[in-house]
Amino acid sequence: MSEQVTIRPRNRLLAWIEERLPILSFTASHTTGYYAPKNFNVMYYFGSLALLVLVNQIVTGIFLTMNYNPSAAGAFASVEYIMRDVEWGWLIRYMHEVGASMFFIVVYLHMFRGLMYGSYKKPRELVWLLGMLIFLVLMAEAFMGYVLPWGNMSFWGAKVIISLFSAVPVIGNDLVTWIMGDFFPADATLNRFFALHVVALPLVLLLLVVLHLAALHEVGSNNPDGVEIKQKKGPDGHPLDGIPFHPYYTVKDLFGVGIFLLLCAFIIFFEPTVGGWFLEHDNYIPANNLVTPTEIKPVWYFTPFYAILRVIPSKGFGVLALLASIVALFLVPWLDRGKVKSIRYRGTGYKVALTIFAIVFVLLGSIGAGKTTEWIPEIFGPNADLTFIENTFGRILTILYFGFFLFLWAYTYFGWEKTKPVPDRVTVAEH
Amino acid sequence: MANEEVNQGRRRFLAGTTAVLGGVGVIATAIPFIKSWEPSARAKSAAAPVTVDIGPIESGQMVRYAWRGLPVFVVNRTTEQLADLPAQDPRLKDPKSENTDQQPKYCQNEHRSIKPEWLVVIGICTHLGCVPDYKGEVKPEPWDPEWKGGFYCPCHKSRYDMSARVYDGVPAPANLVVPPYHFVDGTHVQIGVDPTGAA
Amino acid sequence: MHKLKTFCVALALFASMGIACAQEGGYPEANANIADRASLQRGARLFFNYCVGCHSLEYLRYSRIAEDLGLSEQQVMDNLDFTGAKFGDPVISSMPAADAEKWFGKAPPDLSLEVRAKGADWVSAYLHSFYLDPARPVGWNNTVFPNASMPFPLWELQGVQTAVMAPARPGEEAAVEKLEIKQPGSMDPQQYDQAVRDLTSFLEYASEPAALKRTSMGAWVLIYLALFTFAAFLLKKEYWKDVH
Repeated sequence: MSEQVTIRPRNRLLAWIEERLPILSFTASHTTGYYAPKNFNVMYYFGSLALLVLVNQIVTGIFLTMNYNPSAAGAFASVEYIMRDVEWGWLIRYMHEVGASMFFIVVYLHMFRGLMYGSYKKPRELVWLLGMLIFLVLMAEAFMGYVLPWGNMSFWGAKVIISLFSAVPVIGNDLVTWIMGDFFPADATLNRFFALHVVALPLVLLLLVVLHLAALHEVGSNNPDGVEIKQKKGPDGHPLDGIPFHPYYTVKDLFGVGIFLLLCAFIIFFEPTVGGWFLEHDNYIPANNLVTPTEIKPVWYFTPFYAILRVIPSKGFGVLALLASIVALFLVPWLDRGKVKSIRYRGTGYKVALTIFAIVFVLLGSIGAGKTTEWIPEIFGPNADLTFIENTFGRILTILYFGFFLFLWAYTYFGWEKTKPVPDRVTVAEH
Repeated sequence: MANEEVNQGRRRFLAGTTAVLGGVGVIATAIPFIKSWEPSARAKSAAAPVTVDIGPIESGQMVRYAWRGLPVFVVNRTTEQLADLPAQDPRLKDPKSENTDQQPKYCQNEHRSIKPEWLVVIGICTHLGCVPDYKGEVKPEPWDPEWKGGFYCPCHKSRYDMSARVYDGVPAPANLVVPPYHFVDGTHVQIGVDPTGAA
Repeated sequence: MHKLKTFCVALALFASMGIACAQEGGYPEANANIADRASLQRGARLFFNYCVGCHSLEYLRYSRIAEDLGLSEQQVMDNLDFTGAKFGDPVISSMPAADAEKWFGKAPPDLSLEVRAKGADWVSAYLHSFYLDPARPVGWNNTVFPNASMPFPLWELQGVQTAVMAPARPGEEAAVEKLEIKQPGSMDPQQYDQAVRDLTSFLEYASEPAALKRTSMGAWVLIYLALFTFAAFLLKKEYWKDVH
């Protein structure tokens, strides 16, 4: 939790401002005055990295807007214009494109960290909920951004995802037409997605990030031991296991930023499409409303959810399951009744369940990305019934996905979990 | 916490080094973003020199061409129009074309051109950027009963003579700009490139 | 130790994703190399002699080709620009789209992004796989892209290939087993391989001209970042001496 720090600047102009708008005191309260547990491990880098990527997306996004043309006739060519004719346009575009995927990588790891150490548990339920809202808005933001280059995958991705809304009873088809503003993804669709992508959703995202951080600083950071550091305070009133965020975590995060940027720069300069995972080959073909790409699939970060949609043999239930797979994550703070936060001291059942959940998530992703379509003939021979194997496999994974949440509830509700004793103080690995 | 002695010098040095390195990185990253505002390859391509065929322009006639998105006037002046030029000198702001920004050196003469009859100027009024009308006929006009032909800007009534030199008493401060150009052959002019040998 | 382990898991997750990708289609490797300027120049010459009659590169300018391939304006205008386009103009085929549609059934596609869309290996394999097929309206067929409506302009280089059909199984259409050169062209197979490699390199370059700059400056960016990260690491270590 942050402690109120009051700064009284000597400089008279600064003092004059500070009396009226205590901006220095505010900053100090949330940096030098914010005591974070001293035992953060590598999983705790991803929050600050997500913030860094958000800034990157906003800055590069603003510059892309300057040359992008949101019209069905001009969008595709304007992206190539940025890639070729605008000085350094290629770099700005790759930073934005790689940034989008990196955003999801750090956010998924950040969320996984939360599951590992019980960061969603009391008193941090709201931090988790706000984080989940950020994730939801991020998905909408990423989807609409993906449509903007108006390649053939953009077009058909838009068509398929918007068509999900036709599963809504009674008004479904009218809803789809309303969202597109036409009878297929057209100028109207592209223009409204552009407006939402560059103005509306970023504003919502920024607001949510501020609330996420405000809620965090109210209750304080969790840590890999799941110990509440403010329960043990020293004579100076600061938590015994806490260290000021600044300078200790600012310098630590700076190092994390360095490693992260090395990875990003390597991708941007040497493999910006990551072999079709970050930028798909079919999106280099302009949108064509008469020809669907042979393999229609979303970008990697949506594939686990997309797989759940695909393997369920009913449109209505498929969309419902897709929705439920995300809603379930919202409910985690209330499904998990366990008192112990960190996976270090939780029962074996939780360790196994969370490991399986992570593997299931990746495997679902490989189904959604069409990887199993390649693997199955290799494993089962060319004459195997691809659809049957893929669907069976996918359905088992879907059951396991939802099974995690069900298990989490039953495991803790019925008191099956055998936890280890939680230490009083945080433990610190040898330096 | 700090129960060992802290080497403040080392701390300051490392913080300084990291800050400088980070600063260099931020500035280096800013450069591509600033450079992205330069004219793009498309804009530069559109700004390429244009070669125009002036053969069909009859004596006394003016034709407009586009160069860098600007209107370029090419006038085939008559001998009467040329003969009237020196007489205008006392009424002009810059009769000798002494403002070197307004024409290349090789056009700093009475007729402000390479060949006396061929006037090549950018048709952008030096007042606020409107496009003046060509009024080539020698006849009394509402704005000047002694009109010897020239250009008249409809926006704020600036007037130029047949060498595109600005008259006194009008808002425009300078003569119309003569772009770099040269004759490829007798009937072709390339706008945007100086004649060989001229800087 | 624990830290290291978690970090490795995170990294492995990411790496497995990267490795699983690069494969595409199973065509022989094109071995195209955009860093080989001489190869790009030869490829450009081939493109402008054999391809530009039908195919445009609507996102690539002549001036850009000159800049990136180390050619002068004069060289490009004399040797590559046969359409009378201006130096700063993009490469547009001289064939009117309407005529093309009449002749081939559909307009020949623009090739600016062909390698990005299909991959260099595909392009190279495609250019090796034309064979005579009197059943097709243009007289040519292709094993990589069956029933492509494109005649094969490079036949004078590669020679004329014909298909050797595999014995047809009952109820199935005969499949092409292999291609054989029936009438040799002006190049032997090694020379033709090199020509296709050059042409594929040029098309790969055309699909992303910025790649030249991107790869040449990437190492410097990484070196800088490594320096910065090292400084940040020392700084972190220094401050964290306080924490016990």
